Amino acid sequence: MGQPLLLLDAVGVQLATPRGPLRAVDEVSLALEPGRTLGIVGESGSGKTMLSRAILRLLPPNATLTGSVRFDGRELTGLGPEPLRRLRGRSIAVVFQDPMTSLNPVLTIGTQIVETLQVHLELASAVARARAVELLSAVGLPAPEQRLRQYPHQLSGGMRQRVAIAIALSCEPRLLIADEPTTALDVTVQAQILDLLAREQQRRHMAMLLITHDLGIVAGRTDEVAVMYAGKVVERAPTRTLFKAMRMPYTEALLAAIPRVDAAPHTPLAAISGRPPDMTRLPPGCAFAPRCRYAGERCTRERPPLRDAFEHAFACWNPIDAPLAEPA
Amino acid sequence: MTSDSAVGSDAQALLGVEDLVVEYAIGRLTVHAVSGVSFEIAQGETLGLVGESGCGKSSLARAVLRLTEPHSGRVRFDGQDLTALRGEDLRRMRRHMQMVFQDPIASLNPRRRIGDIVAEPLVIARVTDRAERERRVGEAMHAVGLDPDSVSARRPHEFSGGQCQRVCIARALVLEPKLLVCDEPVSSLDVSIRAQILNLLEQMKARYGLTMLFVAHDLAVVKAVSDRVAVMYLGKLCEIAGAMELFRAPMHPYTATLLAAIPLPDPDAPRARSLPIGEPPSPVSPPSGCRFRTRCPRADARCQREVPVMRAARPGHQVACHHPLQEPREARS
Repeated sequence: MGQPLLLLDAVGVQLATPRGPLRAVDEVSLALEPGRTLGIVGESGSGKTMLSRAILRLLPPNATLTGSVRFDGRELTGLGPEPLRRLRGRSIAVVFQDPMTSLNPVLTIGTQIVETLQVHLELASAVARARAVELLSAVGLPAPEQRLRQYPHQLSGGMRQRVAIAIALSCEPRLLIADEPTTALDVTVQAQILDLLAREQQRRHMAMLLITHDLGIVAGRTDEVAVMYAGKVVERAPTRTLFKAMRMPYTEALLAAIPRVDAAPHTPLAAISGRPPDMTRLPPGCAFAPRCRYAGERCTRERPPLRDAFEHAFACWNPIDAPLAEPA
Repeated sequence: MTSDSAVGSDAQALLGVEDLVVEYAIGRLTVHAVSGVSFEIAQGETLGLVGESGCGKSSLARAVLRLTEPHSGRVRFDGQDLTALRGEDLRRMRRHMQMVFQDPIASLNPRRRIGDIVAEPLVIARVTDRAERERRVGEAMHAVGLDPDSVSARRPHEFSGGQCQRVCIARALVLEPKLLVCDEPVSSLDVSIRAQILNLLEQMKARYGLTMLFVAHDLAVVKAVSDRVAVMYLGKLCEIAGAMELFRAPMHPYTATLLAAIPLPDPDAPRARSLPIGEPPSPVSPPSGCRFRTRCPRADARCQREVPVMRAARPGHQVACHHPLQEPREARS
């Protein structure tokens, strides 16, 4: 095991809401090594996006951050605004779901990339410009020189996301946080963008935090997966182990609820009954217990801790039986 | 026996769409949203319509119900020419055709009570007896899994997206329509809720004897509910076949790439080999000939020159392509 680049220890994000305090992220501990991809999967409201924002302290004003975020051995939670600004974009870059929100609509693509390079890397403008063309062609944008003069609205959604990725990669970050990077895109373009991210990651030996609701994307694109439910990591394992031998009933239910292309038409889906809990009124036991088919009396009373077995962790009192040959 | 052979063009068609064209003007430009689309849906059948954003699938769905006025072409519904109907005649037909939209929260008036929202179609259809309306609203709510006593007096903001979609479905079913058009009914919902709504639509189809046009971008979702599936690209249909057949042996290169691009929830699944090149062109100036040719690995000079017409390539399987894919040998059943 190498030295982790990113180490989260008991990270919590509490939001003050009119209905009372809401623990959007609750005691999350994770580690990510250079060159590896960690997938964070969960439904809306599970806390996955809030967790990614906690790393860069891009939190709303009503949020309180607790716990520790260490990046390359350095504690980020107490960092002042200036060192934090130098870190963002330079060592840790982010790609958001909607590229329109991260691109400035009134500046040309060229200005936005060149500016990033000048601010963070202090490149001269001619050098920065040449570098921008290089980056745009690396992310598969046809006719990069002409693109520099265009505005975001003149590009398609897929093209805009390529530009956002080019900007994110421009300073050779060591960690890329990709928050639902392809959710707004069509399936054919999605595959292209995911290929692009994987290729650039490998080339740069960059670590990636891939946040998604799609188990299909997680399966093909990550080394390790953390499943979140109601603010907590409820299962974490190497990707193959997770899909071959999931222990947490929520993960199993989530996978079973996805319509499969290889299933016959009109096959009834294994829907999860009920809906996610009200985060300001969490039940005392396991948050998934009211929807869980395996839930027992203890599950409604006592919150299960995240327990480790080999490198596979799960938070459940009644885990699904491991297959006889547990992969090491 | 698969569901593929159960229904088809030989059965009585409830809906027939002939050479439908929908165009929008943007300044001096024309968006060719739907360019000559024809298909039929048999009584009791679900036709899935898939395509990527901007391919015209929503425009097509809306034009079928004349929520968008088609530029040309005909829509036959239950033996009547819908495109010729006006005013009161059109309104009378509309009670037999209802729609469920993508964003359930935006589809509900936030100021109105759930009970009134579901009763609205009855009011429009001039069901004047209040007790009769209440009975039918209660029945529709029960059918979609809502308790009328506890939800009727509440307003949409008190409900989650999944619950709001149930309300939308109840509203669509309260008139007991013959045709239900669903436009991306689950794409704004979480995975765990999506399965509930898809199962519900299947149950409602059986209970009310519905015929459905189900529009979505997600192939797996479409397959889960459809008897036949039509694939649309840049305003035109590429391929129509039974749901099993289409997924087993796609003939149009676009369908094949679309299928290959789906991320499977299995770490050992082989990665897609042939992704389409680039992105769809603009529907303002679609390519000559075959509209997919600019992204197609099989395209040649003929594809540039000649618009491929939809033809029956195999029984119950139509394709519009000059160089269709052969049936995979190992997949023959």
